[in-house]
Amino acid sequence: MISKGLKQMQAPELLSIDNLSKAYNKTEDQALTDVSLTVTEGEFVCVIGPSGAGKSTLLRCINRLVDATQGDLVFNGQNITRVTGRALREVRTNIGMVFQNYNLVERRSVLENVLHGKLGHKSTLAGALGFYTEAEKAEAFEILEMFGLAKLAYKRCSELSGGQKQRVGIARAAMQHPKLILCDEPIASLDPNSAEMIMDYLRRMNETMGITCIVNLHHVDYAIQYADRIVGINAGRVVHDGPSKAIQQHDLARIYENRHDATVIEMRSTAQTQPLSLFLGVAVNG
Amino acid sequence: MAKRKRLNLSVLGRRNISVGLVVLVLLLIVELSSQATDFSLADGLTSVPTALLWMVTHLVPTAKSLTNLPDILSALGQTILMAVAATVLGAICALFFSLMGARTTSPSVILTRAARVVASFFRNIPDVVWTIILLFSFGQNMITGIITLFFTSFGMLTRYFIEVIDEIGSDTMEALRSTGANYFQTFAQGIYPSIIPEVVVWTMFMVETNIRDATLIGILTATGIGYVFSLFYTRLDFATCGLIIVALAVVIITLELVSSQIKKMIV
Repeated sequence: MISKGLKQMQAPELLSIDNLSKAYNKTEDQALTDVSLTVTEGEFVCVIGPSGAGKSTLLRCINRLVDATQGDLVFNGQNITRVTGRALREVRTNIGMVFQNYNLVERRSVLENVLHGKLGHKSTLAGALGFYTEAEKAEAFEILEMFGLAKLAYKRCSELSGGQKQRVGIARAAMQHPKLILCDEPIASLDPNSAEMIMDYLRRMNETMGITCIVNLHHVDYAIQYADRIVGINAGRVVHDGPSKAIQQHDLARIYENRHDATVIEMRSTAQTQPLSLFLGVAVNG
Repeated sequence: MAKRKRLNLSVLGRRNISVGLVVLVLLLIVELSSQATDFSLADGLTSVPTALLWMVTHLVPTAKSLTNLPDILSALGQTILMAVAATVLGAICALFFSLMGARTTSPSVILTRAARVVASFFRNIPDVVWTIILLFSFGQNMITGIITLFFTSFGMLTRYFIEVIDEIGSDTMEALRSTGANYFQTFAQGIYPSIIPEVVVWTMFMVETNIRDATLIGILTATGIGYVFSLFYTRLDFATCGLIIVALAVVIITLELVSSQIKKMIV
């Protein structure tokens, strides 16, 4: 633990978000307001907060699927706030993404979906026609092996279970050999067993391949169990940022506090009982 | 117990009264409009057996009408080919326009609007009107019919394809864009394989409707099975007309069976 902490202190900055704001349109409230975050290489960060707090928007701003209205993004020493075209695609090859609904091409095989992770490195024609080199295929099989998917390589993705689909989703991201992986609610549609398995895979990938992870989560207990650091977002603002093991009950209360509608607070607090009790359990065990 | 029963009955009674009122009003409307249009329900109903009898005696193909079968089949083939050619052409153009028109794949908002407006223009002018307009420039021949069918199927299919792409494509689009893939790669590897079953199904459906419409348009443009039908009809050769109807029905039903098989194969 201590050595890892030291390593992280020396580790260089990978991503720096500076005063990022996003408004989808002028009449609505801002989705993000003055978000500033710095993520160092090798970190495993969980972002938690109520639904609609802006977690998804934040992730999509990082790989520029959504363009922020204000603020600066520096990734791997390069300001990527305004890069476009080829330069933007090159940035994206270094950032993998994992989705709540897996977002696979369901009618294609597991292998093909994993190979999609290589598209950003290929020429337009070879990529569009799906011509992959033998080396790329061998690499894909290596990664499939890593995620326990080798036997399913030629299966259509539509035939897989949710947990298997998500593993394909992670394998596709791993195929990119990214520096950073963004996970948007990766376990929200999964049963507890699959959820744990997916979190284990993410954590292992983080540790063995040294890939930095930013994971949006609904489950506070998973965040505490797996993350190095927890960032709390509420109503588009960062309201908490600290080591996961040091998070307190009142921090969670602040993160999940409803800012727009006072009457909903009570409902929220009852909904929280479970994660909170789990949190206490984890704290005692740890 | 007894009390509740009585209560229920009273509710039912009230409902019966209101249903009765509605029926009464409807009957009144029917009666008034019949009088206004000189329509007699009794005469209408009694003429149904006569009409059926006429159809049985006149429209049933006779041995003599079978001698016209080669002409009918070649005209029918012409109509089918016309419908297929127009639909395929329309589907290719529609695929391109729907990529521009769908929100998930469109390069710009202006193109989205433009593609939708163009498609709606071609779709909302009825095919008969298109034919009459095009007759001036192209005359009575196959080209007029093909262009008419092309216009309408292009308009319809663009609309269907836009919906398909927006429904299926957005997640895949997001996933592949996030790997750093460019537009063509995302389309070819992500959007295309996801939408192709729906695209084929809609195109097959369009071929079916176009064969029916081509028959009608053929009467105006003097081509295909529609023209042959109108010829025999004006000669009062109803047996041959019946044969044409049977042939058309066989083609449409066969096509439906084939397309449902294809659907099963690709989905």
